[in-house]
Amino acid sequence: MSTRTDPRDWLRTARETSNRRIALYALLTGLIGFFLLPIETGLVTALKTNDAFVATLPYVPPGPEGFTLRPARTALAELLPKMLNSVVLVIPATILSALGGSLAAYGMTNLDWKNQLAVVVLFVAGIFIPYQAVLVPLSRFWAIVGIGQYSPYAELVELIVTHTAYGLPITTILFRSYYQNFSDEMLEAARLDGASAFSIYRNIILPLSLPMFAVTMIYQFTQIWNDLLFALVLINQPAAQVVTQGLANLGGGIQTQFNAQMAGALIAAFPTLLVYIAFGEKFAKGVASET
Amino acid sequence: MAPTNRLRTAVRRCRRAVSRRLPGESTSADDSGRAVADGGTVTATDEGSSLFSRDFLESLPFWLPPTLLMGFFVYGAIGWNAIISLTDWTSFGTPDYGSLDLSQYGQLWSDPAFWTAAQNTVVLLLAFTVACLLIGLGLAILIDQGIRFENAFRTIYLLPMSLSFVVTAKFWSWMYNSQYGVINATLRGVGLDFLTAEWLADPSIVLGAVIFALLWQFSGYAMVVYLAGLRAIPSEHFEAARVDGATTLRMYWRVVIPQLRSSTISAAVVLMVFALKAFDFLFVMFGKYPGPGADILAVMMYRQAFSSLQWAYASAVAMTLFVMALIIVGPYLYWEYRRGEL
Repeated sequence: MSTRTDPRDWLRTARETSNRRIALYALLTGLIGFFLLPIETGLVTALKTNDAFVATLPYVPPGPEGFTLRPARTALAELLPKMLNSVVLVIPATILSALGGSLAAYGMTNLDWKNQLAVVVLFVAGIFIPYQAVLVPLSRFWAIVGIGQYSPYAELVELIVTHTAYGLPITTILFRSYYQNFSDEMLEAARLDGASAFSIYRNIILPLSLPMFAVTMIYQFTQIWNDLLFALVLINQPAAQVVTQGLANLGGGIQTQFNAQMAGALIAAFPTLLVYIAFGEKFAKGVASET
Repeated sequence: MAPTNRLRTAVRRCRRAVSRRLPGESTSADDSGRAVADGGTVTATDEGSSLFSRDFLESLPFWLPPTLLMGFFVYGAIGWNAIISLTDWTSFGTPDYGSLDLSQYGQLWSDPAFWTAAQNTVVLLLAFTVACLLIGLGLAILIDQGIRFENAFRTIYLLPMSLSFVVTAKFWSWMYNSQYGVINATLRGVGLDFLTAEWLADPSIVLGAVIFALLWQFSGYAMVVYLAGLRAIPSEHFEAARVDGATTLRMYWRVVIPQLRSSTISAAVVLMVFALKAFDFLFVMFGKYPGPGADILAVMMYRQAFSSLQWAYASAVAMTLFVMALIIVGPYLYWEYRRGEL
C-alpha cells in the first residue's frame, strides 16, 4: 500500500500535470489553426493561377508553376481608388466622432448637472440601434439636402457626417467611463482658481485623455473602414465608392474568380490588420469596454 | 470587472458628496461674481442644482452639439421611420403624411416571407449568442491557466473580430465552396465524402453554416469579456474552493460561473446586437436574395427599400427589428441603471 508520502505518487501527479499541460498547449495551438485557417486559405488561393486553385487543395501553397501575382494586381487596380475614398472618409469621421465623444463625455461627466443621466441613457441606447431602423429616413434626408448631386465627393461628405453621428454614442460612452475615474479634487481646485470649463478641458482633460483617444480612434477607424451598409445606401456614384463596396463587387462575373476575391479581401483587410497587429491591446480594450 | 466597478461607484459616490458640498461653499465664496453672471437667479436655488445652475450652463457647449447631432440622426430618424411606416410610400414619389394607417403592418402580418425572415433572425440571434458565449467562456478558461505566450494566443483568437464582415464573408464563401472549398476538400480527403454538402445552397443547413462562420469571427470577443471577468475574481475564492476539496469542474461550476454573471449579460447583449446587424455578412455572401434558408429581417428590409422601392413596407420591417433590439436592450439598460453603472 502506498502512503501519501510515497514518492511514486508525487511522480505520478507530476506526470499527470505535465500531460495535462501538453494537452492544453496542443488544444490552444489547434485553436490557432482554426482561427487562422480561413485567412491562410485566402492567402494561398490569392497567389494561385486559375488552373491551380481548381487543381490543388485549397490550403496548400501554390507550386512554382501555379504561382502568380496577377489576381493581386487585378484586385489592387480595382480597389486602390476605392481605398483612397475610404481614407478620405475614415480620417475625418474618426477624428470628428472621437472629438465629439470626448466633448460630450466631459460635459456629462466632469460637469455635474441635474438629469444628465437621462441624456447619458440616450447615448448608451444609441450604441445598440439596428441601423436598418434609420435607413429609409437617412436616404430621404440626404436626398432632401441634395448635396450629392453636385459632386461624387459630396456623397463622401454625407457619409462622413453620417458615420460621425452614429459613432458618437460609443465614443461618448468610452470617454465617459474614462473620465469617471478622473479626480474631482484636481478639477475642483482648478475651478476654484478661476479656470473656465473650457480651459479645464483644454489644459487638463484633453492632455490626460490621449490614451483614450488612441483606444477610441482605433475602434472607430476599424468600424468605419469595415462598414458596408451606410456606403451602400448613401454612395450612388461609382467614383465615390469605398473599399467595402469595391470588394463586395469584385471577381463576381460569370465565373467566380476566387483568387482575385481572396487577394481583394486581404488587400481591403490590410489597413485594419495592420492597426490590429500594431495596437492589439488597445483594440481589445475598446472591444471589451463596449458594454 | 467587479472590483473596478465597485471602485468606480465608490468614486462617484464620493464625488456626489463633494459636489453637494462644494457649490454651497462656492456660493458664499464668490456670491457677488455669480450674482453678476447669472443676474442673481442662482441665489434662490438650493445647492446650485437648479436647471440653470452654473455647471449646467457651462456644460452646454460641450454636450449639446454632439447630442443634437446624434439625437437627430438616431432618434429623429427612428421617429421619422415610424411615421413613414404608417404611410403608403412606394417608388420614386414623396411620402404622403396626410393619411396614416397601419396597413403596412397588416401586410407584414400576412406575408409568409416576413415570418420566415423573422424566424431566421430569432434562430440566428439565440443560437449564435448562446454558442458564442459557451465557446468564449471555454477559450477564456483555457487562456487563464497561467500559460506562456498568453498575449499571442489571445491576439490570434481575437483577430477575426478586427476584420470587416465583407472580408470574412468572402473568406467563408471560399471555405464553404462545394467544389474546391476547404471544408468539402478536407472531408473528401479523409474519406468522409458523405458529410460533404452544398453548405450555402441547401436551405436546411445554410443558416447553420452562417452561424458557424459568425462564431469564428466573434468568439474571440466573448473570450476577452470573460477573461476580464475571470481576472476580476479574487484568487482567495479559488483557493477557498480548493481547500474545501472541490474538483476543478465543481469549482468552475459553483464558484467561478456565478461570478461571471455580469460579464455574461454584457457580452450577450453586445453579441445579440451584432447578430441583428449581420446584414453586411449575409449581403456579401448571398446578395439581396439569400433565399428562405438564410433570409433575415435586416436583409429583407434592405431588399424591400432599395431594390423594390417599397419604402413604407421596408420601414415597417425596420420597426420590427427596432422593437426586437429594444426588447433586448431595454432590460439591460434598466439592469445597468439599477446597479448604478450608467
